Amino acid sequence: MPMRIVVEKVSYIYKKGTPFETRALDDINLTIEPGEFVGLIGHTGSGKSTLVQHLNGLLLPSEGNIWVGDLDVLSDKGNLKKIRQRVGLVFQYPEHQLFEETVYDDVAFGPKNLGLSPEEIDVRVREALTMVGLDIDSVKDRSPFALSGGQMRRVAIAGVLAMGPQVLILDEPTAGLDPKGRDEILEQIAAMHRSLGITVVLVSHNMEDVARYANRVLVMHRGKVVMDGPPRQVFARTKELQSIGLGVPLVGILMERLKELGYNLRTDVLTVEEAGKEILDWWRDRNNA
Amino acid sequence: MIQVIALEHSYQGGEAGTVKAVNGVSLTIEKGEFVAIIGHNGSGKSTLAKHLNGLLLPTGGQVLIDGLDTLNPENIWDIRRRVGMVFQNPDNQLVATTVEEDVAFGPENLGLPSPEIRNRVDEALELVRMSEFKNKEPHLLSGGQKQRVAIAGVIAMRPDYLVLDEPTAMLDPQGRQEVMATVLRLNKEEGLGVVHITHYMDEAVNADRVIVMENGEIELEGKPREVFAQVSRLKKLRMDVPQMTELASLLRQGGLAVPEDVLTVEEMVKCLCG
Repeated sequence: MPMRIVVEKVSYIYKKGTPFETRALDDINLTIEPGEFVGLIGHTGSGKSTLVQHLNGLLLPSEGNIWVGDLDVLSDKGNLKKIRQRVGLVFQYPEHQLFEETVYDDVAFGPKNLGLSPEEIDVRVREALTMVGLDIDSVKDRSPFALSGGQMRRVAIAGVLAMGPQVLILDEPTAGLDPKGRDEILEQIAAMHRSLGITVVLVSHNMEDVARYANRVLVMHRGKVVMDGPPRQVFARTKELQSIGLGVPLVGILMERLKELGYNLRTDVLTVEEAGKEILDWWRDRNNA
Repeated sequence: MIQVIALEHSYQGGEAGTVKAVNGVSLTIEKGEFVAIIGHNGSGKSTLAKHLNGLLLPTGGQVLIDGLDTLNPENIWDIRRRVGMVFQNPDNQLVATTVEEDVAFGPENLGLPSPEIRNRVDEALELVRMSEFKNKEPHLLSGGQKQRVAIAGVIAMRPDYLVLDEPTAMLDPQGRQEVMATVLRLNKEEGLGVVHITHYMDEAVNADRVIVMENGEIELEGKPREVFAQVSRLKKLRMDVPQMTELASLLRQGGLAVPEDVLTVEEMVKCLCG
Protein backbone atom coordinates (compact mmCIF):
# COMPACT_ATOMS: atom_id res chain seq x y z
CA MET A 1 0.00 0.00 0.00
CA PRO A 2 1.78 3.13 -1.17
CA MET A 3 1.75 5.87 1.35
CA ARG A 4 2.10 9.60 1.07
CA ILE A 5 3.37 11.82 3.89
CA VAL A 6 1.79 15.24 4.19
CA VAL A 7 3.24 17.87 6.51
CA GLU A 8 0.74 20.67 6.91
CA LYS A 9 1.65 24.04 8.44
CA VAL A 10 3.86 22.41 11.04
CA SER A 11 5.73 24.43 13.64
CA TYR A 12 7.62 23.05 16.59
CA ILE A 13 8.57 25.18 19.53
CA TYR A 14 11.06 24.07 22.16
CA LYS A 15 10.67 25.36 25.72
CA LYS A 16 7.58 27.34 24.89
CA GLY A 17 6.86 30.26 27.21
CA THR A 18 10.41 30.41 28.63
CA PRO A 19 13.21 32.82 27.73
CA PHE A 20 14.76 29.89 25.84
CA GLU A 21 11.81 29.50 23.49
CA THR A 22 13.06 28.36 20.08
CA ARG A 23 11.07 27.82 16.93
CA ALA A 24 12.84 24.74 15.57
CA LEU A 25 10.31 24.26 12.76
CA ASP A 26 8.55 27.24 11.28
CA ASP A 27 5.39 26.68 9.25
CA ILE A 28 6.52 23.73 7.16
CA ASN A 29 4.38 22.49 4.29
CA LEU A 30 5.58 19.43 2.49
CA THR A 31 4.35 16.37 0.66
CA ILE A 32 6.54 13.32 0.22
CA GLU A 33 5.23 10.97 -2.44
CA PRO A 34 5.50 7.18 -2.19
CA GLY A 35 8.76 5.84 -3.58
CA GLU A 36 10.66 9.13 -3.53
CA PHE A 37 14.32 9.23 -2.47
CA VAL A 38 14.58 12.51 -0.63
CA GLY A 39 17.86 14.05 0.48
CA LEU A 40 17.47 16.44 3.41
CA ILE A 41 20.33 18.85 3.98
CA GLY A 42 20.99 21.81 6.24
CA HIS A 43 23.62 22.75 8.77
CA THR A 44 23.48 21.74 12.42
CA GLY A 45 20.55 23.44 14.09
CA SER A 46 18.61 24.00 10.86
CA GLY A 47 15.79 21.76 12.07
CA LYS A 48 16.34 18.69 9.92
CA SER A 49 16.53 16.19 12.79
CA THR A 50 13.52 17.82 14.42
CA LEU A 51 11.59 17.49 11.17
CA VAL A 52 12.33 13.80 10.65
CA GLN A 53 11.37 13.03 14.23
CA HIS A 54 7.96 14.46 13.38
CA LEU A 55 7.51 12.17 10.40
CA ASN A 56 7.00 9.14 12.61
CA GLY A 57 5.29 10.92 15.47
CA LEU A 58 8.24 10.82 17.82
CA LEU A 59 7.83 14.55 18.26
CA LEU A 60 4.37 16.04 17.91
CA PRO A 61 3.88 19.38 16.21
CA SER A 62 3.18 22.46 18.35
CA GLU A 63 1.11 23.74 15.44
CA GLY A 64 -0.18 22.04 12.30
CA ASN A 65 -0.54 18.33 11.62
CA ILE A 66 1.09 15.42 9.79
CA TRP A 67 -0.55 12.64 7.82
CA VAL A 68 1.06 9.33 7.05
CA GLY A 69 -1.29 7.79 4.52
CA ASP A 70 -4.75 8.00 6.08
CA LEU A 71 -3.48 8.42 9.66
CA ASP A 72 -2.60 11.69 11.37
CA VAL A 73 -0.34 12.10 14.37
CA LEU A 74 -2.63 14.23 16.52
CA SER A 75 -6.19 12.95 16.54
CA ASP A 76 -5.72 9.51 18.08
CA LYS A 77 -2.90 8.14 20.25
CA GLY A 78 -3.58 4.71 18.73
CA ASN A 79 -2.44 6.05 15.38
CA LEU A 80 1.10 6.63 16.60
CA LYS A 81 1.89 2.95 16.99
CA LYS A 82 0.77 2.23 13.44
CA ILE A 83 2.58 5.27 12.11
CA ARG A 84 5.85 4.19 13.72
CA GLN A 85 5.46 0.81 12.10
CA ARG A 86 4.99 2.44 8.71
CA VAL A 87 7.76 4.97 9.11
CA GLY A 88 11.05 3.53 10.32
CA LEU A 89 13.51 6.04 11.76
CA VAL A 90 17.22 5.22 11.98
CA PHE A 91 18.83 7.69 14.36
CA GLN A 92 22.33 9.10 14.26
CA TYR A 93 24.79 6.55 15.61
CA PRO A 94 22.05 3.90 15.81
CA GLU A 95 24.57 1.33 17.00
CA HIS A 96 24.40 3.00 20.42
CA GLN A 97 20.93 1.52 20.71
CA LEU A 98 21.91 -2.10 20.26
CA PHE A 99 21.33 -3.99 23.48
CA GLU A 100 20.57 -7.68 22.97
CA GLU A 101 23.03 -10.52 23.48
CA THR A 102 22.99 -11.69 19.89
CA VAL A 103 22.56 -10.00 16.55
CA TYR A 104 19.55 -12.21 15.86
CA ASP A 105 17.74 -11.17 19.05
CA ASP A 106 18.47 -7.54 18.44
CA VAL A 107 16.94 -7.55 14.98
CA ALA A 108 14.04 -9.72 16.20
CA PHE A 109 13.14 -7.35 19.04
CA GLY A 110 10.83 -5.12 17.00
CA PRO A 111 8.96 -7.88 15.16
CA LYS A 112 8.46 -9.71 18.49
CA ASN A 113 6.77 -6.63 19.89
CA LEU A 114 4.47 -6.62 16.89
CA GLY A 115 3.22 -9.98 18.15
CA LEU A 116 4.25 -11.90 15.03
CA SER A 117 4.64 -15.67 14.98
CA PRO A 118 8.16 -17.11 15.47
CA GLU A 119 8.16 -18.25 11.83
CA GLU A 120 7.25 -14.79 10.56
CA ILE A 121 9.84 -13.21 12.87
CA ASP A 122 12.50 -15.55 11.51
CA VAL A 123 11.65 -14.61 7.93
CA ARG A 124 11.81 -10.92 8.75
CA VAL A 125 15.13 -11.16 10.59
CA ARG A 126 16.71 -13.09 7.73
CA GLU A 127 15.41 -10.70 5.10
CA ALA A 128 16.50 -7.63 7.05
CA LEU A 129 20.03 -8.89 7.67
CA THR A 130 20.40 -9.92 4.04
CA MET A 131 19.21 -6.51 2.87
CA VAL A 132 21.91 -4.72 4.86
CA GLY A 133 24.51 -7.04 3.37
CA LEU A 134 25.29 -9.20 6.39
CA ASP A 135 25.72 -12.94 6.14
CA ILE A 136 23.12 -14.25 8.54
CA ASP A 137 24.84 -17.48 9.48
CA SER A 138 28.12 -15.86 10.35
CA VAL A 139 26.65 -13.03 12.46
CA LYS A 140 23.36 -14.21 13.98
CA ASP A 141 24.79 -15.74 17.15
CA ARG A 142 27.46 -13.15 17.71
CA SER A 143 27.22 -10.30 20.18
CA PRO A 144 26.45 -7.10 18.29
CA PHE A 145 29.16 -5.45 20.37
CA ALA A 146 31.83 -7.74 18.92
CA LEU A 147 31.23 -6.38 15.40
CA SER A 148 33.00 -3.54 13.61
CA GLY A 149 31.44 -0.08 13.66
CA GLY A 150 30.08 -0.41 10.14
CA GLN A 151 28.61 -3.86 10.87
CA MET A 152 27.00 -2.65 14.11
CA ARG A 153 25.36 0.14 12.21
CA ARG A 154 23.98 -2.29 9.67
CA VAL A 155 22.53 -4.47 12.43
CA ALA A 156 20.81 -1.38 13.82
CA ILE A 157 19.37 -0.55 10.39
CA ALA A 158 18.25 -4.16 9.98
CA GLY A 159 16.35 -3.82 13.27
CA VAL A 160 14.31 -1.00 11.75
CA LEU A 161 13.84 -2.82 8.43
CA ALA A 162 12.51 -5.89 10.22
CA MET A 163 9.50 -3.81 11.24
CA GLY A 164 8.56 -3.74 7.56
CA PRO A 165 8.38 0.04 7.17
CA GLN A 166 7.11 1.67 3.98
CA VAL A 167 9.10 4.80 4.66
CA LEU A 168 12.70 4.60 5.82
CA ILE A 169 14.26 7.71 7.34
CA LEU A 170 17.98 7.73 8.04
CA ASP A 171 19.56 10.55 10.05
CA GLU A 172 23.21 10.82 9.01
CA PRO A 173 23.61 7.08 8.44
CA THR A 174 27.24 7.39 7.35
CA ALA A 175 28.56 9.69 10.10
CA GLY A 176 31.86 8.44 11.42
CA LEU A 177 32.21 5.62 8.88
CA ASP A 178 35.21 5.30 6.60
CA PRO A 179 34.74 5.82 2.84
CA LYS A 180 34.35 2.12 2.18
CA GLY A 181 31.74 1.64 4.91
CA ARG A 182 29.96 4.77 3.76
CA ASP A 183 29.73 3.61 0.14
CA GLU A 184 28.53 0.16 1.16
CA ILE A 185 25.73 1.49 3.35
CA LEU A 186 24.59 4.00 0.74
CA GLU A 187 24.62 1.37 -2.00
CA GLN A 188 22.49 -0.88 0.17
CA ILE A 189 20.04 1.89 0.93
CA ALA A 190 19.77 2.65 -2.80
CA ALA A 191 19.25 -1.05 -3.55
CA MET A 192 16.47 -1.31 -0.95
CA HIS A 193 14.84 1.76 -2.40
CA ARG A 194 14.86 0.11 -5.84
CA SER A 195 13.89 -3.41 -4.88
CA LEU A 196 11.34 -2.72 -2.13
CA GLY A 197 9.95 0.46 -3.64
CA ILE A 198 9.98 2.11 -0.21
CA THR A 199 10.25 5.84 0.34
CA VAL A 200 13.67 6.93 1.63
CA VAL A 201 14.51 10.15 3.44
CA LEU A 202 18.26 10.59 3.83
CA VAL A 203 19.50 13.30 6.18
CA SER A 204 23.10 14.13 5.37
CA HIS A 205 25.88 16.68 5.61
CA ASN A 206 27.53 15.14 2.60
CA MET A 207 26.47 16.93 -0.57
CA GLU A 208 28.17 14.41 -2.83
CA ASP A 209 26.13 11.57 -1.33
CA VAL A 210 22.87 13.45 -1.68
CA ALA A 211 23.72 14.48 -5.23
CA ARG A 212 24.43 10.89 -6.18
CA TYR A 213 21.43 9.14 -4.67
CA ALA A 214 18.46 11.43 -4.08
CA ASN A 215 15.90 12.32 -6.72
CA ARG A 216 14.65 15.24 -4.67
CA VAL A 217 16.57 17.56 -2.37
CA LEU A 218 15.17 19.58 0.50
CA VAL A 219 17.32 22.29 2.03
CA MET A 220 16.50 23.49 5.54
CA HIS A 221 17.60 26.74 7.12
CA ARG A 222 16.38 28.20 10.42
CA GLY A 223 13.44 25.84 10.67
CA LYS A 224 12.16 26.42 7.16
CA VAL A 225 12.42 24.47 3.92
CA VAL A 226 14.19 27.04 1.74
CA MET A 227 14.82 24.95 -1.38
CA ASP A 228 13.01 21.93 -2.78
CA GLY A 229 13.70 20.34 -6.15
CA PRO A 230 15.68 17.83 -8.18
CA PRO A 231 19.37 17.69 -7.13
CA ARG A 232 20.52 19.27 -10.37
CA GLN A 233 18.38 22.33 -9.81
CA VAL A 234 19.15 22.71 -6.14
CA PHE A 235 22.90 22.23 -6.39
CA ALA A 236 23.15 24.65 -9.30
CA ARG A 237 22.21 27.40 -6.81
CA THR A 238 25.79 27.43 -5.50
CA LYS A 239 25.84 31.02 -4.23
CA GLU A 240 22.63 30.67 -2.23
CA LEU A 241 23.75 27.38 -0.71
CA GLN A 242 27.07 28.87 0.31
CA SER A 243 25.37 31.94 1.77
CA ILE A 244 23.50 29.73 4.26
CA GLY A 245 26.71 27.95 5.18
CA LEU A 246 26.27 24.81 3.12
CA GLY A 247 28.86 23.25 0.91
CA VAL A 248 28.16 22.53 -2.72
CA PRO A 249 29.66 19.58 -4.59
CA LEU A 250 33.10 20.90 -5.59
CA VAL A 251 32.51 20.14 -9.26
CA GLY A 252 29.61 22.59 -9.14
CA ILE A 253 31.91 25.32 -7.84
CA LEU A 254 34.45 24.54 -10.57
CA MET A 255 31.88 24.78 -13.36
CA GLU A 256 30.53 28.01 -11.90
CA ARG A 257 34.05 29.53 -11.86
CA LEU A 258 34.68 28.45 -15.45
CA LYS A 259 31.41 29.97 -16.52
CA GLU A 260 32.27 33.25 -14.80
CA LEU A 261 35.47 33.28 -16.83
CA GLY A 262 33.42 33.16 -20.01
CA TYR A 263 33.49 29.47 -20.83
CA ASN A 264 30.22 28.19 -22.14
CA LEU A 265 29.76 25.16 -19.87
CA ARG A 266 26.83 23.61 -18.04
CA THR A 267 26.92 24.35 -14.31
CA ASP A 268 24.34 21.81 -13.17
CA VAL A 269 26.71 18.86 -12.97
CA LEU A 270 26.54 16.60 -9.93
CA THR A 271 29.45 14.22 -10.20
CA VAL A 272 33.10 14.15 -11.21
CA GLU A 273 32.16 11.92 -14.17
CA GLU A 274 29.63 14.44 -15.45
CA ALA A 275 32.06 17.33 -15.06
CA GLY A 276 34.77 15.38 -16.89
CA LYS A 277 32.45 14.62 -19.80
CA GLU A 278 31.25 18.22 -20.02
CA ILE A 279 34.78 19.64 -20.05
CA LEU A 280 36.05 17.06 -22.57
CA ASP A 281 33.08 17.66 -24.91
CA TRP A 282 33.68 21.39 -24.76
CA TRP A 283 37.41 20.93 -25.41
CA ARG A 284 36.82 18.63 -28.40
CA ASP A 285 34.25 21.02 -29.90
CA ARG A 286 36.67 23.86 -29.56
CA ASN A 287 39.47 21.88 -31.22
CA ASN A 288 37.24 20.89 -34.11
CA ALA A 289 36.01 24.41 -34.67
CA MET B 1 61.69 13.12 16.92
CA ILE B 2 59.30 10.18 17.02
CA GLN B 3 60.83 6.95 15.76
CA VAL B 4 58.68 3.93 15.02
CA ILE B 5 60.94 0.99 14.31
CA ALA B 6 59.58 -2.23 12.78
CA LEU B 7 56.49 -1.91 14.97
CA GLU B 8 54.22 -4.89 15.37
CA HIS B 9 51.11 -5.17 17.47
CA SER B 10 48.98 -8.27 17.91
CA TYR B 11 45.65 -8.35 19.70
CA GLN B 12 44.50 -11.53 21.39
CA GLY B 13 41.24 -12.03 19.53
CA GLY B 14 38.50 -14.41 20.67
CA GLU B 15 37.38 -16.90 18.04
CA ALA B 16 39.57 -15.33 15.41
CA GLY B 17 42.77 -16.05 17.34
CA THR B 18 45.54 -13.49 17.27
CA VAL B 19 45.06 -10.48 15.04
CA LYS B 20 48.07 -8.55 13.83
CA ALA B 21 46.82 -4.97 13.70
CA VAL B 22 50.19 -3.40 12.91
CA ASN B 23 52.67 -5.41 10.93
CA GLY B 24 56.20 -4.09 10.59
CA VAL B 25 55.68 -0.34 10.37
CA SER B 26 58.71 1.96 10.40
CA LEU B 27 58.50 5.73 10.23
CA THR B 28 60.07 8.87 11.62
CA ILE B 29 58.22 12.05 12.52
CA GLU B 30 60.28 15.19 13.03
CA LYS B 31 59.46 17.93 15.52
CA GLY B 32 57.21 20.44 13.79
CA GLU B 33 56.17 18.11 11.02
CA PHE B 34 52.51 17.59 10.06
CA VAL B 35 51.87 13.98 9.13
CA ALA B 36 48.44 12.73 8.10
CA ILE B 37 47.65 9.03 8.38
CA ILE B 38 44.69 7.77 6.38
CA GLY B 39 43.22 4.32 6.04
CA HIS B 40 40.04 2.34 6.52
CA ASN B 41 38.67 1.07 9.78
CA GLY B 42 40.79 -1.90 10.68
CA SER B 43 43.79 -0.67 8.69
CA GLY B 44 45.80 -0.30 11.89
CA LYS B 45 46.02 3.47 11.96
CA SER B 46 44.49 3.93 15.41
CA THR B 47 46.55 1.10 16.83
CA LEU B 48 49.65 2.81 15.48
CA ALA B 49 48.57 6.13 17.00
CA LYS B 50 48.03 4.65 20.44
CA HIS B 51 51.67 3.50 20.41
CA LEU B 52 52.92 7.05 20.07
CA ASN B 53 52.30 7.87 23.72
CA GLY B 54 52.51 4.41 25.19
CA LEU B 55 48.75 3.77 25.47
CA LEU B 56 49.57 0.55 23.66
CA LEU B 57 52.96 -1.11 23.83
CA PRO B 58 54.64 -2.90 20.93
CA THR B 59 54.45 -6.68 20.76
CA GLY B 60 57.35 -6.40 18.31
CA GLY B 61 59.71 -3.58 17.40
CA GLN B 62 60.11 -0.30 19.24
CA VAL B 63 58.76 3.24 19.56
CA LEU B 64 61.12 6.02 20.67
CA ILE B 65 59.92 9.52 21.61
CA ASP B 66 62.90 11.87 21.58
CA GLY B 67 64.97 8.78 22.30
CA LEU B 68 62.74 7.53 25.14
CA ASP B 69 61.59 3.94 24.69
CA THR B 70 57.86 3.41 25.40
CA LEU B 71 58.62 -0.11 26.61
CA ASN B 72 60.49 1.26 29.63
CA PRO B 73 57.82 1.96 32.30
CA GLU B 74 60.00 4.69 33.83
CA ASN B 75 59.66 6.76 30.66
CA ILE B 76 55.90 6.61 30.32
CA TRP B 77 54.91 9.83 32.16
CA ASP B 78 57.61 11.82 30.43
CA ILE B 79 56.43 10.43 27.09
CA ARG B 80 52.79 11.28 27.77
CA ARG B 81 53.75 14.84 28.65
CA ARG B 82 55.61 15.15 25.33
CA VAL B 83 52.93 13.49 23.21
CA GLY B 84 49.34 14.65 23.71
CA MET B 85 46.41 12.62 22.37
CA VAL B 86 42.98 13.78 21.23
CA PHE B 87 40.31 11.19 20.43
CA GLN B 88 37.22 10.89 18.27
CA ASN B 89 34.32 11.42 20.62
CA PRO B 90 34.25 14.90 22.14
CA ASP B 91 31.79 13.79 24.81
CA ASN B 92 34.14 11.21 26.27
CA GLN B 93 37.07 13.52 26.86
CA LEU B 94 35.75 16.35 28.96
CA VAL B 95 35.63 15.77 32.71
CA ALA B 96 35.04 19.04 34.56
CA THR B 97 32.05 21.33 35.06
CA THR B 98 33.55 24.38 33.35
CA VAL B 99 35.75 24.76 30.32
CA GLU B 100 38.68 26.26 32.23
CA GLU B 101 38.59 23.63 34.95
CA ASP B 102 38.68 21.02 32.25
CA VAL B 103 41.77 22.53 30.68
CA ALA B 104 43.37 22.89 34.14
CA PHE B 105 42.94 19.20 34.90
CA GLY B 106 46.23 18.10 33.35
CA PRO B 107 48.47 20.88 34.70
CA GLU B 108 46.97 20.41 38.18
CA ASN B 109 48.01 16.79 38.05
CA LEU B 110 51.53 17.89 37.22
CA GLY B 111 51.55 19.59 40.63
CA LEU B 112 52.33 23.01 39.18
CA PRO B 113 51.93 26.20 41.26
CA SER B 114 48.56 27.95 40.81
CA PRO B 115 49.81 31.01 38.90
CA GLU B 116 51.54 28.71 36.41
CA ILE B 117 48.36 26.69 35.98
CA ARG B 118 46.42 29.92 35.39
CA ASN B 119 48.93 30.99 32.73
CA ARG B 120 48.82 27.70 30.94
CA VAL B 121 45.03 27.50 30.93
CA ASP B 122 44.65 31.04 29.58
CA GLU B 123 47.29 30.48 26.95
CA ALA B 124 45.87 27.14 25.83
CA LEU B 125 42.33 28.52 25.54
CA GLU B 126 43.65 31.47 23.57
CA LEU B 127 45.47 29.15 21.18
CA VAL B 128 42.28 27.26 20.36
CA ARG B 129 40.24 30.52 20.34
CA MET B 130 37.99 29.43 23.18
CA SER B 131 38.86 32.05 25.83
CA GLU B 132 35.43 33.62 25.80
CA PHE B 133 33.89 30.27 26.72
CA LYS B 134 36.11 29.63 29.74
CA ASN B 135 33.30 29.74 32.29
CA LYS B 136 30.83 27.78 30.19
CA GLU B 137 29.77 24.23 30.90
CA PRO B 138 31.37 21.87 28.38
CA HIS B 139 28.13 20.03 27.61
CA LEU B 140 26.61 23.24 26.26
CA LEU B 141 29.26 23.58 23.56
CA SER B 142 29.03 22.39 19.97
CA GLY B 143 31.03 19.32 18.91
CA GLY B 144 33.73 21.42 17.27
CA GLN B 145 34.03 23.61 20.36
CA LYS B 146 34.28 20.56 22.61
CA GLN B 147 37.10 19.18 20.50
CA ARG B 148 38.92 22.51 20.70
CA VAL B 149 38.61 22.38 24.50
CA ALA B 150 39.96 18.82 24.45
CA ILE B 151 42.89 20.09 22.37
CA ALA B 152 43.42 22.96 24.84
CA GLY B 153 43.56 20.44 27.68
CA VAL B 154 46.37 18.67 25.85
CA ILE B 155 48.17 21.91 24.91
CA ALA B 156 48.19 22.99 28.55
CA MET B 157 50.58 20.10 29.19
CA ARG B 158 52.99 21.83 26.76
CA PRO B 159 53.57 18.80 24.57
CA ASP B 160 55.94 18.70 21.61
CA TYR B 161 53.66 16.49 19.57
CA LEU B 162 49.92 16.29 19.14
CA VAL B 163 48.36 13.00 18.02
CA LEU B 164 44.75 13.31 16.86
CA ASP B 165 42.83 10.09 16.31
CA GLU B 166 39.94 10.98 13.97
CA PRO B 167 39.11 14.16 15.88
CA THR B 168 36.60 15.26 13.23
CA ALA B 169 34.78 11.99 12.53
CA MET B 170 31.77 12.88 14.67
CA LEU B 171 31.59 16.57 13.77
CA ASP B 172 29.49 18.50 11.27
CA PRO B 173 31.24 20.37 8.43
CA GLN B 174 31.57 23.57 10.44
CA GLY B 175 33.00 21.74 13.46
CA ARG B 176 35.46 19.98 11.17
CA GLN B 177 36.65 23.28 9.77
CA GLU B 178 37.11 24.78 13.24
CA VAL B 179 39.16 21.83 14.44
CA MET B 180 41.29 21.64 11.30
CA ALA B 181 42.01 25.39 11.39
CA THR B 182 43.08 25.00 15.03
CA VAL B 183 45.34 22.04 14.30
CA LEU B 184 46.95 23.77 11.33
CA ARG B 185 47.60 26.91 13.35
CA LEU B 186 49.20 24.96 16.20
CA ASN B 187 51.45 23.28 13.68
CA LYS B 188 52.41 26.29 11.56
CA GLU B 189 52.55 28.99 14.23
CA GLU B 190 53.44 27.12 17.39
CA GLY B 191 55.66 24.55 15.74
CA LEU B 192 53.87 21.58 17.26
CA GLY B 193 54.46 18.22 15.59
CA VAL B 194 51.11 16.84 14.45
CA VAL B 195 50.04 13.29 13.64
CA HIS B 196 46.54 13.57 12.27
CA ILE B 197 44.56 10.39 11.71
CA THR B 198 41.55 10.74 9.49
CA HIS B 199 39.19 9.23 6.92
CA TYR B 200 38.89 12.54 5.15
CA MET B 201 41.32 13.10 2.30
CA ASP B 202 40.73 16.84 2.26
CA GLU B 203 42.13 17.04 5.80
CA ALA B 204 45.37 15.54 4.56
CA VAL B 205 45.89 18.08 1.78
CA ASN B 206 47.75 20.51 4.05
CA ALA B 207 50.01 17.92 5.63
CA ASP B 208 53.76 17.79 4.98
CA ARG B 209 53.46 14.07 4.48
CA VAL B 210 50.64 11.57 3.95
CA ILE B 211 50.80 7.95 4.98
CA VAL B 212 48.17 5.51 3.70
CA MET B 213 47.74 2.38 5.79
CA GLU B 214 46.14 -0.89 4.75
CA ASN B 215 46.15 -4.22 6.58
CA GLY B 216 48.53 -2.99 9.25
CA GLU B 217 51.15 -1.86 6.78
CA ILE B 218 52.17 1.37 5.11
CA GLU B 219 50.75 1.15 1.62
CA LEU B 220 51.71 4.59 0.29
CA GLU B 221 53.76 7.45 1.66
CA GLY B 222 54.75 10.85 0.33
CA LYS B 223 53.81 14.50 -0.12
CA PRO B 224 50.03 14.96 -0.50
CA ARG B 225 50.37 15.68 -4.22
CA GLU B 226 52.42 12.56 -4.83
CA VAL B 227 50.03 10.33 -2.91
CA PHE B 228 46.78 11.75 -4.27
CA ALA B 229 48.04 11.61 -7.86
CA GLN B 230 47.89 7.82 -7.63
CA VAL B 231 44.19 7.88 -8.38
CA SER B 232 43.79 4.31 -9.60
CA ARG B 233 45.72 2.86 -6.67
CA LEU B 234 43.71 4.82 -4.13
CA LYS B 235 40.48 3.82 -5.84
CA LYS B 236 41.52 0.21 -5.67
CA LEU B 237 41.97 0.66 -1.92
CA ARG B 238 38.48 2.21 -1.95
CA MET B 239 39.81 5.49 -0.65
CA ASP B 240 38.35 8.83 -1.57
CA VAL B 241 40.47 10.85 -3.94
CA PRO B 242 40.19 14.66 -3.84
CA GLN B 243 37.54 15.47 -6.44
CA MET B 244 39.74 17.77 -8.50
CA THR B 245 42.50 15.15 -8.64
CA GLU B 246 39.98 12.57 -9.80
CA LEU B 247 38.66 14.97 -12.42
CA ALA B 248 42.22 15.66 -13.61
CA SER B 249 42.72 11.93 -14.04
CA LEU B 250 39.51 11.65 -16.14
CA LEU B 251 40.53 14.60 -18.30
CA ARG B 252 43.97 13.08 -18.91
CA GLN B 253 42.36 9.81 -19.96
CA GLY B 254 40.26 11.83 -22.40
CA GLY B 255 43.39 13.34 -23.91
CA LEU B 256 43.37 16.76 -22.25
CA ALA B 257 46.85 17.60 -20.97
CA VAL B 258 46.38 18.60 -17.33
CA PRO B 259 48.85 17.71 -14.58
CA GLU B 260 47.97 14.65 -12.50
CA ASP B 261 48.49 16.36 -9.15
CA VAL B 262 45.75 19.01 -9.24
CA LEU B 263 44.26 19.36 -5.76
CA THR B 264 41.98 22.40 -5.65
CA VAL B 265 39.30 24.13 -7.74
CA GLU B 266 41.57 27.14 -8.23
CA GLU B 267 44.39 24.96 -9.53
CA MET B 268 42.01 23.27 -11.93
CA VAL B 269 40.71 26.61 -13.19
CA LYS B 270 44.31 27.71 -13.80
CA CYS B 271 45.13 24.51 -15.69
CA LEU B 272 42.10 24.82 -17.94
CA CYS B 273 42.27 28.55 -18.58
CA GLY B 274 45.99 29.20 -18.26
